[in-house]
Amino acid sequence: MKTIADILREHSFFDGLSPEDLTFVAGCGKNVHFLEGEVIASPGDPANEFYLIREGHVAISLNNPSRKPFILQTLGVNEILGLSWLIPPYQWTVSVRAQCSIRAIAIDGACLRQKCEKDPCLGFKLMKHLVQVMAMREDAIWLHLFDVYGNGK
Amino acid sequence: MQETHDVFSLSLSAQSERIPSFLPGQFNMLYLFGFGEVPISISGDPSKQEELVHTIRAVGAVTKAMQKLKKGDEVGVRGPFGTHWPLSKKDCDVLVIAGGVGLAPLRPALLYLATHRKDYKTITLLYGARSPDDLFYKQEIQEWEELGFTVKISVDRADVSWRGSVGVITTLINKHLPCPQNTLVLLCGPEIMIKFALHELMRTKIDPREIYISMERNMQCAVGFCGHCQYGPYFLCKDGPVFSYEQLQTWLTIEQL
Amino acid sequence: MTKKKLLCTTDQFQQLLCLIKNDAYKLLGPTIRNEVIIYDEIQSAQDLPIGWMDEQDPGRYRLKRRSDQAYFGYNLGPHSWKKYLFPPSEKLFSARKQENGMVVFQETVPPVEKMAFIGVRSCEMQAIFIQDKVFNHKLAVYKQYQQRRDNLFLVAVNCTRSVNTCFCVSMESGPEVKEGYDLSLTEIINDKEHYFVIVVGSAKGEFFCDQLDLQPAEQTHTQLANQLIRNNEEQMVRQVDNGRVHAMLEKSWNAKRWDTVAKRCINCANCTMVCPTCFCSETEDKVSLDGTHVDRWQQWDSCFNLSHSFVHGGSIRESAKSRYRQWLTHKFGTWWDQFGTSGCVGCGRCIAWCPVGIDVTEELRELQIECNENNS
Repeated sequence: MKTIADILREHSFFDGLSPEDLTFVAGCGKNVHFLEGEVIASPGDPANEFYLIREGHVAISLNNPSRKPFILQTLGVNEILGLSWLIPPYQWTVSVRAQCSIRAIAIDGACLRQKCEKDPCLGFKLMKHLVQVMAMREDAIWLHLFDVYGNGK
Repeated sequence: MQETHDVFSLSLSAQSERIPSFLPGQFNMLYLFGFGEVPISISGDPSKQEELVHTIRAVGAVTKAMQKLKKGDEVGVRGPFGTHWPLSKKDCDVLVIAGGVGLAPLRPALLYLATHRKDYKTITLLYGARSPDDLFYKQEIQEWEELGFTVKISVDRADVSWRGSVGVITTLINKHLPCPQNTLVLLCGPEIMIKFALHELMRTKIDPREIYISMERNMQCAVGFCGHCQYGPYFLCKDGPVFSYEQLQTWLTIEQL
Repeated sequence: MTKKKLLCTTDQFQQLLCLIKNDAYKLLGPTIRNEVIIYDEIQSAQDLPIGWMDEQDPGRYRLKRRSDQAYFGYNLGPHSWKKYLFPPSEKLFSARKQENGMVVFQETVPPVEKMAFIGVRSCEMQAIFIQDKVFNHKLAVYKQYQQRRDNLFLVAVNCTRSVNTCFCVSMESGPEVKEGYDLSLTEIINDKEHYFVIVVGSAKGEFFCDQLDLQPAEQTHTQLANQLIRNNEEQMVRQVDNGRVHAMLEKSWNAKRWDTVAKRCINCANCTMVCPTCFCSETEDKVSLDGTHVDRWQQWDSCFNLSHSFVHGGSIRESAKSRYRQWLTHKFGTWWDQFGTSGCVGCGRCIAWCPVGIDVTEELRELQIECNENNS
């Protein structure tokens, strides 16, 4: 059976980490499970954890009291959920809900953040991967905002 | 048959002459008396050539009038025209990427793949639409899944009752590209989506000659005379609408071509 | 096979036109209307702009009196022969809805008309060849064009003078007509004499010449004719680097020059209308008021029109810059990929008839300079 370290080693977000760093990160991780419909995060919650989704998918949404809630994006298997753990003020800005049963590895972002402050080399490596994920998501957001399937009006 | 609020399918049978046979990817010029003529991809089953099916989005005067047609009404047909999806390559993985009404020109190819399932390895369909209400061919998509196609659908927006993916379809490409060295990619949708999809595909080691795209431009004569469908050196009506990415690589980078 | 060369006096030339007309050909040739030399039906040689010449510069066209009575002492006006072979509007078919709801189509077949083009310049001959290729390919043939083409009698004229806007030499399309004509004329006019050297290009041309009993042209005559044509070649100033322009345009899609020319271009489409090779058309269905009858018309269109590139949602070539770029890169670049030739014959009409005086030869030169700078 795979350990958390094995799973992290195989994921591109942790590419380039030394075996010691990987062991440290794995030590910050634990297996978690969410039921369908369970709220994983809400806007304003401290972003102390981030997740590597192993099974299932989550829906990200924003809620406004006068408007019907709708899903902005879904994230699925092998995606990283949660980027705010490394960016001040370290708070979730969106709602995250499990669309079905979820298995994930939750990593203690607060602990990892402190380690990054003391070890800039590790911090830089993780920041590089984080920025890459953000860049890809930004591209997706541009296309999303463009309303490609609209009729141009 | 109404597929969604603005997408409908017309099924036509010939009155006198036999319907000319078509290949997946080709289009007809459909004529509605008193309104005009429009180029529409054929979305029917290539193994059932006695019936012509076109799935149409009602966006202009002609197509909006066509949406009101009833059984027994007449439509003029000129065609088929254009190049076709290259389905002669066998024993490979196939990745079909459809954006919005771009699924319609891909349907004949998907039906062909379904009929010849054994000739291909994995077949994956990535289908993006604006919202769950804009999805069509739902019954067939289920049938394709039962045949072993991997189908991933993603919408741009949905309310919380939606249990599928939300996000642009291009984000699924890298996850579902089985083996870049032996994959045939068929791509159709809004041009900006095509460009983003190609951007994702080019991050892998896929050969640009194995990616095929169906392009769209203003078309009037469909025989290369009127000049409207020109795209760089190509006339889409006769050199396209299906092109390999290798043919289009230079041209897709030019804005307002 | 060497073509027969004959001498033709001015009287005999007038008779030649009569013979052609009496053989049921509609005579079409240059004539003056509203101070411009245009192409229209003529009844005889007297309707030609005898004793007139033109002056042309970017955005400028003027007629001036010559000091002699030359029949062809001018070059080109805004009309080209495409107005007869590929008319500005042409009905393609009619459709009628019967009482039982069925639609019946009726193809419009124009009557066979024999047309004689009098005074076709070499650049115009090349333009006709170019349009022959556009309208006849393996997928389709423009039948009405072909029918008109098959019933054409062509009297070509070699240019012994040119205007400032001409650049046929660098486009390798003139000033001498080499093929495609029934008869070609070189007009010799000076203080002492006025005659034509005729080269017979076809059996039909020979048929008319036989009826006139023309004398064979002697070497002195043909040498003089050739000399006049060569002199004309040498004094042509404007030019295009025809051998390099295609490759240059392939690298110039994002050139800054497009922004410069776009500030001037008003997208009036004059250039496409006067151009003898431009072939874009649009189809329009004209419906009767009671909705029972539809005529499908084909009409000249222009890539300078916004509607030209309209797809649902809007026009692809939204900016004036993209439309000018489309026209120039097609004419001098992608036309090669499509038809194996340039789309330009160097007639210079687009330069003279552009209201803001945009000069394609200047634009191409500046684009080449920018391309050289970017690639050095």
